[in-house]
Amino acid sequence: MPRVVITGRGTINSLGHSVKETNLAMVLGESGISNLQIIDSSKLNINIAAQVKGYNPLDFFLKNELNFLDPFSQFALISAKEALSESELIFTDELTENTGVIIGTAGGGLNTQEDNYRLVFQENKNKVHPFIVPKMMHNAAASNVAKAYGFKGVTYSISSACASSNHAISNAFQLIRSGGAKVMIAGGSDSMLTFGGIKAWEGMRIMSKTGCRPFCLTRDGLVQGEGSAVFVLEEFNFAVKRGANILAEIIGCSMTSDGHDLMSPSVVGVKRAIVKSLDDAHIPSDLVNYINAHGTGTKINDQIEASAISSVFSNSIKAPLVSSTKSMHGHAMGASGAIELLSCIYALNHNVVVPTINVIKEDPELKINLINNEPREANVDVAMSNAFAFGGLNSVVILKSI
Amino acid sequence: MTIQATVVKILAEKALLKPGDVKLDFSISDLGLDSLGIVEIIFALEEQFNIEIDINFNNVNSSDFDISTVQEIIKSIEKILENKNG
Repeated sequence: MPRVVITGRGTINSLGHSVKETNLAMVLGESGISNLQIIDSSKLNINIAAQVKGYNPLDFFLKNELNFLDPFSQFALISAKEALSESELIFTDELTENTGVIIGTAGGGLNTQEDNYRLVFQENKNKVHPFIVPKMMHNAAASNVAKAYGFKGVTYSISSACASSNHAISNAFQLIRSGGAKVMIAGGSDSMLTFGGIKAWEGMRIMSKTGCRPFCLTRDGLVQGEGSAVFVLEEFNFAVKRGANILAEIIGCSMTSDGHDLMSPSVVGVKRAIVKSLDDAHIPSDLVNYINAHGTGTKINDQIEASAISSVFSNSIKAPLVSSTKSMHGHAMGASGAIELLSCIYALNHNVVVPTINVIKEDPELKINLINNEPREANVDVAMSNAFAFGGLNSVVILKSI
Repeated sequence: MTIQATVVKILAEKALLKPGDVKLDFSISDLGLDSLGIVEIIFALEEQFNIEIDINFNNVNSSDFDISTVQEIIKSIEKILENKNG
């Protein structure tokens, strides 16, 4: 079976406009969470978010290009460009035929939808711009990346709420492993910090007004974020032959459904997802050194996830280190898993585990090996990234250093 | 309808019970409701009384809005309405 490696990464999120900026912020334990700045934010109960900062679309795109680009497509294009540049891939006609794009997104073109609903429902306009449909569709990010580089292979979007990007990466991984593609551009992108989007989240009463403190005793909910991270995946032998700089190997993944509840996660469901990823990678649990947890900062997620992790790894000689970077970049929804994968790659390449920040007091009920507030030097050969979504959907990705 | 009768009616509807079967000392779980049920009830109460209820389900105990029993829910609603009208 072909092996699959990562040779490029790109991102834009609340911590920075590049991988370098994001990695540095994560090591330093900086927070991207600040006062929310959107239209009508005074009418919201939640006033903090992890927004992309200092962003002017015109720094990246021409004005007429933006007619087709919702912010979630812009973020994906910016990330894909950085990832492709790092990969140093040169695309022949034949290779573009064997290259596809899978971008996960929870909200798709939510900004575009909301802006245009506002026009017709609130401002009584009777028509909207002719390109709203291609701008707001969920596959817009994937299609725009394919269009920008002429990729003609398997291309689509995946929407599984907060697990979207792990599903995208898992799908791309399986596609290359099965011989269906040589190169895949995969990741996630979301820009859901809109008035209506936050109103909808507020209603569930699980959002924090104070900050994101995963695994902390005083945690009181999640903080929404936005952004994108995109990776270049390629078949191992192909990458070696062209002399690529390999960042990590993807050795396994899982995609499971709890088949149980739309909102509450379950220990059994999370455990099943983790165990299946280990089975897929053909490794014993002992080998996992670091887990970037889903760690949303809600009471229930962190409790259930910690319980599942401690159960799976109870027999390991050395329990894996665990942190949640959502404390820094917020919950970027469908982009979360991809942004978090950056910290796994960083750990594999630098033997440094980035921390969960904002932890005031560790929750004594959680029996896992948490890395709080300060990065830790540790030998990391295998890293795992968890993503669990509303809808009871889970996806876990396992990386190995090479 | 009194505040008590209105609250009981909303709880009964969500719990699929007759209002007469809802006892004031019932807890949320006595009503057979889970956490999702409470979210919907809070929303229904806000809509019914045109109020804002400040409660975060990650930290229910820290809220002024007591949801431990039917009686406490009624009291909490009365308190909010008093503050609103007073």
